[in-house]
Amino acid sequence: MKILVAVKRVIDYNVQIRVKEDGSGVVTDNVKMSTNPPDDNAIEEAVKIKEAGKAKEIVAITIGEEKAQETVRKALAVGADRGIHVKVDNVIEPLAVSKILKKIVEKENPDLVFMGKQAIDDDCNQTGQMLAALLNWPQATFASKIEVKNNALEVTREIDEGLETIEVNVPAIVTCDLRLNEPRYASLPNIMKAKKKPIEQLNASDLGVDINPRIEQIKVEEPPKRKAGIKVASVEELVQKLKNEAKVI
Amino acid sequence: MSVLLIAEHNNKEVRPFTYNAITAASQINEDLHVLVLGHQADDVAKSLSEVPNVKKVIHVDNEIYENYIAENYTAAIIKHAESYSHIVSSANTFGKNLMPRIAALLDTSQVSDIIKVISEDTFLRPIYAGNAFATVKSNDKKKCVTIRPTSFDPADKSGGSAEITKSDPAEASSSTKFLKKEEVKSDRPELGTARIVISGGRGMQNGENFKLISDIADKLNAAIGASRAAVDAGYITNDHQVGQTGKVVVPDLYIAVGISGAIQHLAGMKESKVIVAINKDGEAPIFSVADYGLEADLFEALPQFLSELNKLNTIQK
Repeated sequence: MKILVAVKRVIDYNVQIRVKEDGSGVVTDNVKMSTNPPDDNAIEEAVKIKEAGKAKEIVAITIGEEKAQETVRKALAVGADRGIHVKVDNVIEPLAVSKILKKIVEKENPDLVFMGKQAIDDDCNQTGQMLAALLNWPQATFASKIEVKNNALEVTREIDEGLETIEVNVPAIVTCDLRLNEPRYASLPNIMKAKKKPIEQLNASDLGVDINPRIEQIKVEEPPKRKAGIKVASVEELVQKLKNEAKVI
Repeated sequence: MSVLLIAEHNNKEVRPFTYNAITAASQINEDLHVLVLGHQADDVAKSLSEVPNVKKVIHVDNEIYENYIAENYTAAIIKHAESYSHIVSSANTFGKNLMPRIAALLDTSQVSDIIKVISEDTFLRPIYAGNAFATVKSNDKKKCVTIRPTSFDPADKSGGSAEITKSDPAEASSSTKFLKKEEVKSDRPELGTARIVISGGRGMQNGENFKLISDIADKLNAAIGASRAAVDAGYITNDHQVGQTGKVVVPDLYIAVGISGAIQHLAGMKESKVIVAINKDGEAPIFSVADYGLEADLFEALPQFLSELNKLNTIQK
């Protein structure tokens, strides 16, 4: 089997987000960037499947500006075999991302496409499902467990009520939840080796897909701030405040 | 043109967030139709026809809709999409799984997780785990929108009498098979809609210690939540997780116990009306959003909390 894994470069999950004063977006200059966390789970799962002898090749792909390549390089350092970087200059919407991925899937013919269930920047949670629709492939979203079977996957999904298990035929799209696995760290020798692995560069404009935005971002603002609370000295005081001041119990 | 809302239900009852989504959907356009895809879900169709905001119910009954197979749902929804300007659903795991599949086939860029309807094409939505709010305008002809249920009040459930029309199923997908659902049954209120939520984090140290939380939850008729750390560590099941990638809750009272308050957790609870934090680390970020902070060892504070509650003559339920 061949697995294509899509990774996205986002503001690191530990960074406190600052909104630009002109309302045009959030500050990204000199801000630490890293791979979208559940995309790390997607790479890890692909590597585990390959280590178990059930996949032959892992291709990591990212779509973004020049520096987005770092996320592919990181995927190569933990076990992906080669990379693809599709260059775009501006932020594009999940629909456009899925159209680009569809082109790549048609070229690469993977059996599986893995990615994180949601990017922690735009919080859209769309790309995997959209790609599945465009390819007319089955989708298994929010995966917390994957079992590879003969030409099929048994996937346990995290849903609001608990867990759901479905079986999807290959080829399929899987979007990964954070509990799917524990992503490994790249060792220094593997980081060095990854530098020699190939990354193919393409321009989105050469793929013949419409990536123009359909959604206008009118403004970005800070959410309303909570007013400062107080510290209470004892449990007794807490219960009294909840009863008599906040009147919630 | 009208709005089509995709109902979430278990074939017997309407799932509660559908009512919140109805409120938002009718703010987009009052001519709101609801699509019920299910198997022997007549009671669901009937309940929805009684919601005053609903103008029409379309009911498709077939065994292929017994479970939420997104592939099967999508094919049926696409059949009806032509007559509508907006296709909407709640932004929980039901709608998140389903809506992008519909949007892509309609060549529409979806607007996810809206918290406010500004006009029929402009919406407010949180980004970066709720650390910024974006006002966005959809320029697509047909719009696909998911609604954060906790940002809208549930619609009234009775008094209406919308027409119920039956419609034929679409083709079923042969490449996806439902195997099983492991639902966690509980007598407690649902996490998403509970008036009070008490959550435990890594500070609970193990699953057994969640008994301290559940004793208080029983007393307050509260739902039990958890931080991602507590779920990852196996103290409690995933359906309890509150946060950016878990559930978003907006209760009247949220009690965070042994939770440090990572950005990802705050994303799921910081809109709560009253927040209490109990943590022995006075510098924990959770205190920055807490109305009442108690710097204490939870293993001493929780039993005391329960005994103080027991002393009260009355407790709101």
